[in-house]
Amino acid sequence: MNDSKPLLDVKNLNVSFSVYGGKLCVLDGVNFFMYPGEKVGLVGETGCGKTTTMKAILRVLPTPPAIISSGSIHFDGKDIMGLKVDELLRVRGRGISMVFQDPTAALNPVFTIGEQFENVIKFSSSSGKSLTKKDIHQKAISALKEVSLADPERLLQSYPIQLSGGMRQRVCIGMALSTNPKLLIADEPGTSLDVTIQDQVLRLLRKLVEDYNTSVILITHTLGIVRETTNRVYVMYAGNMVEMAATHKLFLKPLHPYTKALISTVPRLTGGGITSGIPGRIPDYRNPPTGCRFHPRCPNVMDICSKEKPSVFNIEPDHGVACFLYKSDITNMKEKATKVQ
Amino acid sequence: MIDDILTITNLKKHFVIGHTGRMSGRNPITVKAIDGISFSIREGETYGLVGESGSGKSTVAYIAIGMYLPSSGSIRFRNQELFRGKEKRSREFKKAIQIVFQDPGSSLNPRQNIKQILEMPLRVTKSENNRMEQIIYLLEIVGLPPEYMYKNPGMLSGGEKQIVAIARALATNPSLVILDEPTSALDVSVQAKTINLLLKLQKEFQLSYMFITHDLSLMRNVSNRVAIMYLGKICEIADTIDFFRNPLHPYTQMLLSAIPVINEEEEKLKPEKVISTGEIPSPVNLPPGCSFHSRCPFIMNICKQVDPVMAEIEENHVVRCHLFTQPGSENGTSVPSNMIL
Repeated sequence: MNDSKPLLDVKNLNVSFSVYGGKLCVLDGVNFFMYPGEKVGLVGETGCGKTTTMKAILRVLPTPPAIISSGSIHFDGKDIMGLKVDELLRVRGRGISMVFQDPTAALNPVFTIGEQFENVIKFSSSSGKSLTKKDIHQKAISALKEVSLADPERLLQSYPIQLSGGMRQRVCIGMALSTNPKLLIADEPGTSLDVTIQDQVLRLLRKLVEDYNTSVILITHTLGIVRETTNRVYVMYAGNMVEMAATHKLFLKPLHPYTKALISTVPRLTGGGITSGIPGRIPDYRNPPTGCRFHPRCPNVMDICSKEKPSVFNIEPDHGVACFLYKSDITNMKEKATKVQ
Repeated sequence: MIDDILTITNLKKHFVIGHTGRMSGRNPITVKAIDGISFSIREGETYGLVGESGSGKSTVAYIAIGMYLPSSGSIRFRNQELFRGKEKRSREFKKAIQIVFQDPGSSLNPRQNIKQILEMPLRVTKSENNRMEQIIYLLEIVGLPPEYMYKNPGMLSGGEKQIVAIARALATNPSLVILDEPTSALDVSVQAKTINLLLKLQKEFQLSYMFITHDLSLMRNVSNRVAIMYLGKICEIADTIDFFRNPLHPYTQMLLSAIPVINEEEEKLKPEKVISTGEIPSPVNLPPGCSFHSRCPFIMNICKQVDPVMAEIEENHVVRCHLFTQPGSENGTSVPSNMIL
């Protein structure tokens, strides 16, 4: 593993929302870290808290209704939770960029691509304020060429509605990378696109982050995309990180019952039918299950699961799982280790 | 020989979206949403219709249930013509062909409860006697408890809403159900459950399905035969197993190679040399020749001039591509001489 300091370190993050009719305890002690240059995937079903986690990291969660009751977020050595607004803006532009799921909603329909693009360059890049108009224009053009868009001059003068979905998403990626950020958060970047366009956009994204050596957090619920893009994965369920592993290990040998079920429900090109899915549904956050939040749906549920919340057991250095099934494995391993000594 | 339940012959649907020129020489601008497609669905099978957005899949579905009138061509249900001029479709046909829409959030009336939603088709088609029992029976066959009757769609999860939509489609005892991307708005685990329910119902009530989707891996697991659509035309039809073993049309290969997959075995099934490029062009003012030529990696001169015709390359495997109908071309040598254009 990497010896350097983590680029992003989230510890014990608890986020709840106070809404009419109660308090939704969404994130329940989320731990998350990544090193510079890593490509990390964050997988989970709709409503499991993937986007909430990322919004908390960028501090764009509206408070209220959101309440960050505890936890710490460090990015590049800085404590995000304690930053003042102007420092935060610097982190958002130059430190962390984000590509959203729906490029149509991410771009402002009443401004041309050029106006939006040039503003991003002007206010976010490190030398932006001292650039002349011409330089900014040049930068925008080269950024558009970077994302393989033809005829950038004309593009800068068009409105988002004049572009196709794939082109809009390329513009968003170009914008996000034009400030040369250390970390790119891509929130389902291909979900709203067709499969061939998604393939093109993801291939482009992979190439660019390789070129710039940008770290990436890829949020998605498509497991295939994770496998092809990332080197480490976090699996999230109902506001908990339930499993974290190197990507190839997760697909080779998933440990958590939820991960296993999730992988088995993906329809395969090789055929073989569709499995029965996971019984039940994601819990109501107003009154989440005690102990492990997956226990009401878990096929391997034990007595302890409803009483205690499992901590993360590290089966291997790069493979951790939050499930009591593996508690005995860990104690056995420790015993063996002491015997050897 | 199994009979065909739905036979579509040279079906066309052109939408007029505006006019060019002055009042005197006005020419309509048309979108050729469907431009001469022919296929047939056999009794009891699941027929997959695959394509990107804008390829005309949903238009086919809407014509089949009678929401649109076709511009020309015929569509026959058990050998009876469905469209006789402007004459209204008889209730028999309306009962026999039902549809499940893509987004259950907008296809169920939020102001009605489930009882009212299910009651509507029953009121039209069945006797007043023991209405309650009929509704309870409908809920029972899709696996929902009777107390759901008094819930509103807003109280249900996406998966449950789609199940209610399926129950509503079954209320009239149909023999052909059109599934227009029934699971694309759902998570994979919920998708698995919904698909299993659909397969169970198909067996129980001897239903035929026209299954519309853009997800080829899902198609591999549910359908008996697959048709690939591109810009209002069908480019390949084959039995599912044969189709995935030996995809022929360049567009099909591009689609397959763009699918994100989760294991090595699946990776082997993807054609490697075809990398997706370009986007689906606007269906207004299509260029002459094959509509796929702007993205095709194997483009030849003839593709820009002449639109290829359907040719049966193997038994039950039909392709519309010059590569297979031209003498002396790379793959065309094995084509029997009577197939040559």
